[in-house]
Amino acid sequence: MTEPRAANPLFLPKSRLDDLIGQLAAAGFEVVGPRLEQQAIVYGPIRSASDLPIGWTDLQGPGSYRLQRRGDEAYFGYVVGPHSWKKYLFPPTLTLWHARRTGDTFTIEESNDEPPRRALLGVRGCELHAIAVQDRVFLNRAGQFTDPFYAKARQRLFLIAVECETAGGTCFCTSMGTGPQIDDPLDAHSAPRRGRHAYDLALTELDDGFVVRVGSAAGQDLVARLGLAAAAPEQIAEGRRRVAAAAQAMGRWLDTTDLRQLLHRNQEHPRWDAVADRCLSCTNCTMVCPTCFCSSVADVTDLSLENAQRVRKWDSCFNPEFAKVHGGDFRPSIRARYRQWLTHKFASWYDQFDVSGCVGCGRCITWCPVGIDVTEEINAIRAADGQRRLD
Amino acid sequence: MEGPRACPTPVKPAVVRVRDYRRETHDTFTLVLDPPATGGAAFRPGQFNMLYVFGVGEAPISLSGDPGEGGGWVHTIRAVGAVTRALARLRPGDVLGLRGPYGSSWPLENARGRDVVLVSGGIGLAPLRPVLYHLRRHRAEYGKIALLYGARSPADALYLDELRAWRAAGELQVLLTVDRGDPSWTESLGLVTALFDRADFAPDRAVGLICGPEIMMRFTQREFAKRGVADERLYVSLERNMHCAVGFCGHCQLGPSFVCMDGPVFRYDRIRTFFEIREA
Repeated sequence: MTEPRAANPLFLPKSRLDDLIGQLAAAGFEVVGPRLEQQAIVYGPIRSASDLPIGWTDLQGPGSYRLQRRGDEAYFGYVVGPHSWKKYLFPPTLTLWHARRTGDTFTIEESNDEPPRRALLGVRGCELHAIAVQDRVFLNRAGQFTDPFYAKARQRLFLIAVECETAGGTCFCTSMGTGPQIDDPLDAHSAPRRGRHAYDLALTELDDGFVVRVGSAAGQDLVARLGLAAAAPEQIAEGRRRVAAAAQAMGRWLDTTDLRQLLHRNQEHPRWDAVADRCLSCTNCTMVCPTCFCSSVADVTDLSLENAQRVRKWDSCFNPEFAKVHGGDFRPSIRARYRQWLTHKFASWYDQFDVSGCVGCGRCITWCPVGIDVTEEINAIRAADGQRRLD
Repeated sequence: MEGPRACPTPVKPAVVRVRDYRRETHDTFTLVLDPPATGGAAFRPGQFNMLYVFGVGEAPISLSGDPGEGGGWVHTIRAVGAVTRALARLRPGDVLGLRGPYGSSWPLENARGRDVVLVSGGIGLAPLRPVLYHLRRHRAEYGKIALLYGARSPADALYLDELRAWRAAGELQVLLTVDRGDPSWTESLGLVTALFDRADFAPDRAVGLICGPEIMMRFTQREFAKRGVADERLYVSLERNMHCAVGFCGHCQLGPSFVCMDGPVFRYDRIRTFFEIREA
């Protein structure tokens, strides 16, 4: 049943967040969201609001991540951890198909892994944009190709966005135009290069509850079942003030002026050598990145040699095998691999998908074991624009 | 260059049967395959298929047969890795998996009415052979045609009997060279670029199609440039690590291009910037 979109924001008392989670579960959704696991905030099943990292925050810097008590009972008083939602749409490991020998031939059946209907609780502005970026990679690519698993999983998502009121130490969403506020999807066309994105519900946390905006018919159905009251103007204003404060406190800043051309024209910049001296080519940045989409497949058989399958796994442009063909490796040096990753993310991505590949979430900075900071690297290239390495 | 066309099987291969097997040289062989029942037998010269050997893996292999024949799909393959060695063990009646055809193709439309110069090295002749079939079939629509082909040795040269038959028929100029000859070799010795002085074409109306090792393609572009054939009229077929063939896996990127989707055939001026960057 579809009802008209709520014209005005509603108010959800914190005591009723469990009702929202319960309604989603009753509607057949697996609710997933931020949880505390092994001293990090990661995404996993949420059965009730008490599964959330209430009262915790994360202190992040280059190569550094620590949890700390906030001193209040905020439900979403942290930013993003090592997981991103892409693991639900583009799983780290996925069987694509099974093959079976039958007589003198074989048959291939596409994997019938059916993604569940999932409700993502706590999707940040940068992450909403990251999903929109991956949509461009995996859905109707070049008018021809769609990843079947991604399409099914994406179709079954219910997105509950949460605005950030805390700015992380490595965050730079304000530079990339992806947060901390959650834009109304109706306004998304005003920023066409950022990619279209949509939410079902968007929450802004106050001390005693959430201002709730409705972004879809499915979201409208859900709040109708909860019977929420309208948010008071002062509640809306307080939410806006908190999000604006987070925007002011952003940990990092990146000048994106002419970024695509800046990087394309500085392929031989000496900074690539300098960063290669520090980079371990460990792939962490690509694993935590919410938009990185590279993968490899492995064709494997069982011991009978009668059954084979193709398994797809996340791969990384930092892996030594990544660009190898018979007779050579197109990117043997770490310098070339780092340059490929950074210029793809911040430059070629515009050529390929008409959007930035970076959403400013800061994960690659935090989870880099040697603390390489993309904003610092790009700023260094800009500061010495046009400099060339000595051959 | 002409763009890709829709492929019905982005992920799952079709199972096809080997119709014919032919040994070409000491390390190359040709498979003729039944085209899949769905998807049709049409391909455009320059495109490739992904061939899967049960339980072993998949490899991108260019189509090297006659695009107008409507018969089997022909693949000439060099046995160098696990998959291509397994492909080399297939014989008529055996089955394999196939996805494709994928990728862009040589500019046969744009080349109409022009001289066509094909320059290739080693196995790089395989993706150009469909062009030769097409040009012969539509001979009157094109100007002068020259094939410059280099191989390491006479034993490494592909399709020699066929090329010599075409030369004897007088339909195209065929210039052959090898790095190291043997007593039976009566053609040229040296690099493929050395053949340019004998190639018969008018630079102002020529189109160059190049496929071979990257170093050979770079020097070939210089030969064309010296004679005044602009980069806008040169086309190269690039090799990269293609896994998925549909732009998802990311391995084959060269600057902004996905070689599997945007290539493998590129107009040279459009790929030049990144092609000339070392380790791009």
